[in-house]
Formats: sequence, structure tokens, C-alpha cells
Amino acid sequence: MNLDFATLTDLQKVLRNRDVSATELTQHYLARIDALDPALNSFISIQAEDALEAAGRADETLARGDARPLTGIPIAQKDIFCLQGRRTTAGSKMLSNFIAPYTATCSEKLADAGAITLGKTNMDEFAMGSSNENSYFGAVHNPWDPQLIPGGSSGGSAAAVAAGLCAASTGTDTGGSIRQPAAMCGLTGLKPTYGRISRWGMIAFASSLDQAGPMTRTAQDAAILLEHMAGHDPRDSTSLAEPVPRFSEGLGGTIKGLRIGVCREFFTEGLDPAVEHSIREALAVYESLGATLVDISLPHTPYSVSAYYVIAPAECSANLARFDGIRYGHRCLDPENLQDLYQRSRGEGFGQEVKKRILVGTFALSAGYFDAFYHRAQKIRRLIKEDFVKAFDKVDVIAGPTAPTPAFALGAKTGNPVEMYLQDIFTISASLAGVPAMSIPAGLAHGLPVGLQLIGNYLQEGTLLQAAHQFQQETPWHTLTPPEAS
Amino acid sequence: MSIPAGWQIDIGLEIHAQLNTQSKIFSGASTLFGQAPNTQACAIDLGMPGVLPSVNAEVFKKAVQFGLSIGAKINQESRFDRKNYFYPDLPKGYQITQMDHPIVLGGAINIQKPDGTAKTIRVTRAHLEEDAGKSIHDFKPGYTGIDLNRAGTPLLEIVSEPDIKNAAEAVAYAKAIHQLLTYLEVCDGNMAEGSLRFDANISVRREDAETLGTRSEIKNLNSFRFLEQAIHFETERQISVLEAGNSLVQDTRLFDPDRHETRSMRSKETATDYRYFPEPDLLPVILTAEFIEHIKASLPELPGARAQRYQTAYDLAASDAALLSQDRRLGDYFDDVLTFSDNAKSAANWVRGDLLSKLKEHELSITACPISPKHLGEMITLIDQGVISGKIAKEVFTALWSKQAESAGDYVQQNQLEQVSDASTIEPLIDALIAENPKQAADLRAGKDKLLGFFVGKVMQATGGKANPKQVNDLIRQKLSGA
Repeated sequence: MNLDFATLTDLQKVLRNRDVSATELTQHYLARIDALDPALNSFISIQAEDALEAAGRADETLARGDARPLTGIPIAQKDIFCLQGRRTTAGSKMLSNFIAPYTATCSEKLADAGAITLGKTNMDEFAMGSSNENSYFGAVHNPWDPQLIPGGSSGGSAAAVAAGLCAASTGTDTGGSIRQPAAMCGLTGLKPTYGRISRWGMIAFASSLDQAGPMTRTAQDAAILLEHMAGHDPRDSTSLAEPVPRFSEGLGGTIKGLRIGVCREFFTEGLDPAVEHSIREALAVYESLGATLVDISLPHTPYSVSAYYVIAPAECSANLARFDGIRYGHRCLDPENLQDLYQRSRGEGFGQEVKKRILVGTFALSAGYFDAFYHRAQKIRRLIKEDFVKAFDKVDVIAGPTAPTPAFALGAKTGNPVEMYLQDIFTISASLAGVPAMSIPAGLAHGLPVGLQLIGNYLQEGTLLQAAHQFQQETPWHTLTPPEAS
Repeated sequence: MSIPAGWQIDIGLEIHAQLNTQSKIFSGASTLFGQAPNTQACAIDLGMPGVLPSVNAEVFKKAVQFGLSIGAKINQESRFDRKNYFYPDLPKGYQITQMDHPIVLGGAINIQKPDGTAKTIRVTRAHLEEDAGKSIHDFKPGYTGIDLNRAGTPLLEIVSEPDIKNAAEAVAYAKAIHQLLTYLEVCDGNMAEGSLRFDANISVRREDAETLGTRSEIKNLNSFRFLEQAIHFETERQISVLEAGNSLVQDTRLFDPDRHETRSMRSKETATDYRYFPEPDLLPVILTAEFIEHIKASLPELPGARAQRYQTAYDLAASDAALLSQDRRLGDYFDDVLTFSDNAKSAANWVRGDLLSKLKEHELSITACPISPKHLGEMITLIDQGVISGKIAKEVFTALWSKQAESAGDYVQQNQLEQVSDASTIEPLIDALIAENPKQAADLRAGKDKLLGFFVGKVMQATGGKANPKQVNDLIRQKLSGA
């Protein structure tokens, strides 16, 4: 069997049958990383030695026959998750020398389930970006076409999975950072309900929006990974106390009668007609599976980007205040005094986009502007939440495009922040509302992957995964692989 | 210092009280004082990347206890906010505090003014927040060290209305809050360790002025004496500025006790914009009505009510009642003594007198007192029953203190210290004394009453102090005076 693009379920099988050992599998991916990643730049660090050691232990476990669900499966972790004793950079010069003294809860859970970490993936600095061009460690290239961006901020994770450099990856999504790169690299990416996965050990961008999630080849793989990332964590007060369903066991069965909301506001003028075509085709597939399409409106969607670009920078302006060059992280050379140390360490340590957002957030929170910006943005956020609550009275899932266009050329939008921010126009509202949403491959536009976004009601990841899985039983899109990588 | 004629002063205090929890408000690190620098700070206190706060539930209990004790409203929905500013001892670059939803709203506390009359000071609010670390200057020449052991220690910030009119009232109010917090055992009250710190908002105005003057905030006063001095210096400064025809600028000042002055740190124009916003890492905490009711029901009897009870139920003097009520454990001790003795006045005298001076002499707190309330109560009962005299009681007390006595009763019995009240034992002694001292007996008979003491003393001497002095008196009189 070709291991390059094997799914988690395939790998579980071959590992348990001892057709391939965990060590062989790990070596296979490490060799692919060596060969292909110089052109992609999807990893910031590789931990080959640790991975092979873990693979050796996994083989012993497999030989004993008491494998856990992910035993021996090599995955990648976005470099925003702290791993004890490992460099964790968040894509920033500021943390280019930071060795985490603790491990993120969800990474720990994945390790407990037997997963092997191959390395840490590239990302937009502090998860701020939609193209992965804002990384201190350089831009990531899309495996479908190295001239193109892979999406962001989890661009390294998306590129690594899409190029077959690992079996799956973790990502984080604040305004679309899992879904948009998944769409652009032809992957399945899920942002769970806010609070489903603990944020402990995950470097914060905007605390009220940040959510970790899986980036995989199939909905089934996403279900398996989510099961082993989610769950209440007393170390994160915002993590939900809800039990975690066995998502991977609830995928079968018909979706006949599933009510799918088609949101008017997601089919706007900025939407590439080729993308729209794929999405309409996908909706037709759902109809053929017995789902009912319902025309709905989420009337406050047009305000979501504006609200997001106040709330997220406001929270980041406080979250990033701790990086002062004193206790860890980048420190300028020969500071003259404390003020100079702060100013130059931060000035040198942060990239342009991060600085811009810190400034915007600081401004939005400052005396005299708080009501006009932060307060009003929170009001819009409440209205957007209410839109979803009302919509989910009538439908089970809301469907539409994940991003207005397929992957675009590196550098194409770096000079136009508003156009860049509009990349997130369809993904941001689910982030603001805190509802789960995912992107699945739904066709090709101009030869590039198109993502279908499915949004669910609070805690209804199961419904989303089932709808995605059933779609993937009928369509070939998730099995397509980048021509360059094979 | 008296206030210059024609002026009045308005003072509001912000009191930062460290709540005496075992662990910090948002982390599991210990709050123990006096440890080696940076040994009591975990990743959360250090503001490491990716860590998150979680609230120590104890702080709500303690804040609610305080709030209910001053008759305040308890906000059932308690929220936290971020207060943003850069400072070396604030690792996250923001302090987690409560801006719009303080846990305690309103309330008041009574103080005694210097002239003895009572006055009520209104409390505006009290909110929970985290303490910052400490800068240690010149720990090495030219360097400032940062100790984050204190970072994250829970604070209750208690804000008063500007009801305070002079330094003496300010000190009385600060002491009343200190007393209440320690009485409730929510704060250890240790001023030397910074468990209670004051910020004073001070303004002056002409006596006939209706609105408050321009205020200055004097930061971080850590003793009652500094609080008093700072108010004196600051009001003097403000009045002299105004009397010279100049105007004041609203500012934040530091008190320098060595130079006897306050110095401006920053003016309103250059004041930090703290950019408060809701803390997204913590969800609002909802305190149920049952939780608040439960705390209300388990509140101890408060000092004022206790002192009142001592006066009405036991007829104690106001000063004794207040003294026995000011320390909760002392009051509890006194109450316990009274379960073994009916004589509240005598118990009050013993506790206030012999017991407190012994404790003071040995620098012990009442909870470490070697004499149990039971033993002291039994001893007082022995006096009241006439089994021992007051003089012998002092000896019993000493024996109990040094643990030489198992109990008052045993000690008295073992050492045969029972008071002798048997006339048939005492009468022969008196008869013998009269026979031995005929001159003195004759004089006493003739009306020289001073000689009564001579005979009583002789009898006490002969009985080793065990004779009942009143009975001896009566018997001698019977035999020598009117007879």
C-alpha cells in the first residue's frame, strides 16, 4: 500500500496487522520531509530522534497487542502548541529561542492516545494571517503549486498533510485559520465548538476565539483526532464540561432529512464563480443524499469581519504584552535602560502584521474609543450569535464556501490588508459565535481545491462530521492529491 | 496636627488586603511569605506563553464574608477584567482585576472618632484582584531584581467614600477594617509583611465650598503611622499651595517618610490609560443565593454585636466588652470560660488582667494559651464557691500556666490549699493569739481597729493563707470588739 496519503484508519489497520512498523512509517515520513519540505517550508522544527524513539516504543506496544487508537501514527503539531523541552515559536522571532517547560493539554492527550510527533509546523506569526506569509521562518508553499500560498494561519500544518509529510496535523483557528488553509490545500479541517478543546499550553492570539482542531484527509480521520484532543480541562476555565462523544462511531447512517441552510450572505459578489459552481454542485450532492436545502439569512454576516478585526486585536494587544524580553524570548542587545529594552526587544521580536494588530487593539481599547470600537464590536458579536441561534431553529447544518477564492499567488495580497482580511469573510462569523465549523474538499476551481464549509450548532460536531463523511462517500475530492507531491 | 481654620479635608481610602488563602488567586503556587525570591511563582505567575488562569474558589468565600459583615450587596455575577500596563513586576503586562462587576457593592463600617463619638464610613465597593511582584532595588549595585513570589497573591481592594475628614479618622477607619478582616480570619493583618496597604485620595476645600477640591492619590502606604503622616503632609502641602493663590493638579504621589513629604509620580494628563476590558480567559463566576446564604449563616458574631452582648448580658464595662470582642479568638476563649463559670465579671477580670499580661509577656496568641478555658473557668468557680481564696487562686493560676497542675481542683487538693472556713479550726487559733498578745487584744477591744489587721494577718500566717479572710475577720470581731 502507498503510505504517502494513507488515512488514519488505513494506518491503524496496517500497523496493527504489522504490515508496516511504526518505525518504518516514521522513517517514511521523515524521508519525505527531507525530500519535499525544503521546497514547501511547512515545518519549523523536526524532532526525528524523539519521533523514532517513540516509534520504537510504539512497535513494542503494537507487538504486545495493546495498541491505543493512535499508537505509532506520526502527526505534526502546529508550532503554537507548547511541547515540554521543545522549541515552541508561534512563528515569531520573539519566541525563536523559547523552550516550553510544559506541554499543551491537547498535545498531551494525543501523545497519551499513542500519536508520534514528527515536528512543529510553520504558521503565520502568533496565528495572525490568512496566507502564512507572516512567519519569521519564511512563507509556506502550497503543495498544489509552490507559487501559491497554502492559506493561514495553519498553513504549515495544511501543506504538510497535503504533501503527505505526516498522517494528520493539529491546527488552531481564531477566525478561519484551520478551515481556510484546509480548503486551499484540499483537506478536511475542523474548528470545534469554542471550549471543546483545552487552550492550556496553546499560545494565545485572541483568547475568546482561539480553538484547536484537527487537519486531516477525511472526515473520519478528523473524528478520530478530535476524540483524542477534546475534553474538559480544569486548567482552562473556558473549556467545556460536556462529555466527548465517540465521534468516529457516529458517521454511518443516512443523512436523509438533514436540513441544510444555504445562507444568502455567503454567496456575495467577491465569490469566485468557479468556487460558487463547486459549492452549488456540492449542495446538489447533498440533495441527492436526501438532505433538504433551506434558504436562510444570517443578516449580520457582513459586519463580522469589522467586528473581528476589533475584538481579536484588542485581546491580542493584552495577550502579547507579556513578551517583554525579560523572562524568556527575544531580548535586544545592550539595552540602555528598561524602556529601551522593552522597546527594542518588542520592536525587533515582532513582525509587521503583529505590530499592526497590537496597535489597532491598543487603540480600540483606549479611553474615548472603547465604546465606539470594542463595545460596538461586542454588540455585533452578540447579534451574530443570535443569527445562528435563530437559524439553527430551522436547520441542522449551514453550508457555503469556506473562502471566496482558491489559493492565490504568494505576495498577491500582502500589499492590501483589507483584501487579505476578506479571505476570512465566510469563516469569521462561526468563530465569533463559537459554533463548530469545518471545511471539506468539494471540487476544483482553476485546478485548485475548493472548500465547502459546514457550520453546526453548539456541540454538534457529530452532525458536521457525519454530514462530511457521507459527502465523502459520494465524492472523490478528498482523495485528490497535489500533482507535485506524488 | 489640627486642621487650619477655614479649611476642611476629604479623604477616601483604598485598602489592599491580601486574602490569606494557601494558594494564589489564579494559580496553585503557594502564598507563603518570606521565601527565597522566585521560588513561589509557577508558570502562570511568571506569565509564560500559553498558560491560563483559573480562579481559586476560596477568594469568593472570603470576599463574601467581608461584604456581608459590612452590610454590603453581594454581586452574584462576578466578572474579571484586564487592567493593562507595563511594569517589571507585572509579568503578563496586565493585572486581572474586577472593574465593572466588583463582588462587593456598598456597605459601611462604624468607627470611633477621637472624641469618643461614633461615625459611619461608607464603603463604595470591594473587588478581587491579583497582587503584583516586587522590585528589589540595588540588590547588586546598579541592578533591580524582580521577585515574583507575591505575584498572584489574592487581594481584596476595599474602596471607601470620601467620608473621612482627618488623619485620625482615616487611621480609625483603617484600623476598623484591619480588625474586621483579621476577626473574620480572611487576612492575616500582618502589616510588616504588606498584608494590608493603603492608597489615600486626599483633597482640601474651603469650609464653605460645596464641591470636593482637586485630589491627589498617595500610593502604597504600608503602616497606620505612614498613613497618618502622609495625610498631614499632603493636606499641609495642598493648603499652602491654595493659600499662595496657586491651583492644584490632580496627580498620583509617593510618600517619602524620611523626607516627610509627598512627591508627584504622574499627573492626570500623563496618567496611564489602563484600557480595561473583560478577561476572556475567565468566565463570569455565578455565586448562587444558597452559597451566599450559607456564608451568611456561618458568619461569626461580629465584634460590635459581641461587645454589646457582653455589656447587656454580663454587665461588663464598655471598655472590657470592647477589649474582649476585638480579637475573635479571645472572645471565643472568654465565652468558653463562661461555660465553666457563671461569674462573667470575674472571668473578664482574669482574662483581661492576668491572662493577657502572661500572654503578652511570653508573646503568645490566645490560641496558644497553655491554660484551657475549662481550667480557668473551674478555677474561678472554686473561688466563687469559697474553696480557695483569691490569693491562692494566683498560685493556682501560675501552676496551671506552667502545666504543673492537671486542673485547678486537683492542684488545690494535692497541695491542700482548700480555704479553711471551719470555725472550729480557726477559733482555737484566735483564742491562742489573744492569749499570746494580751496588750494588742486590749487595744483592739478599746477601739483601735487598726489592730484587726494584725490579728487577721497572724491567723492567715498560721493557716498558710488558707483561712477564709472574711470569716477570720468576723470571728476576731466577735471575740474582741463589741464583746
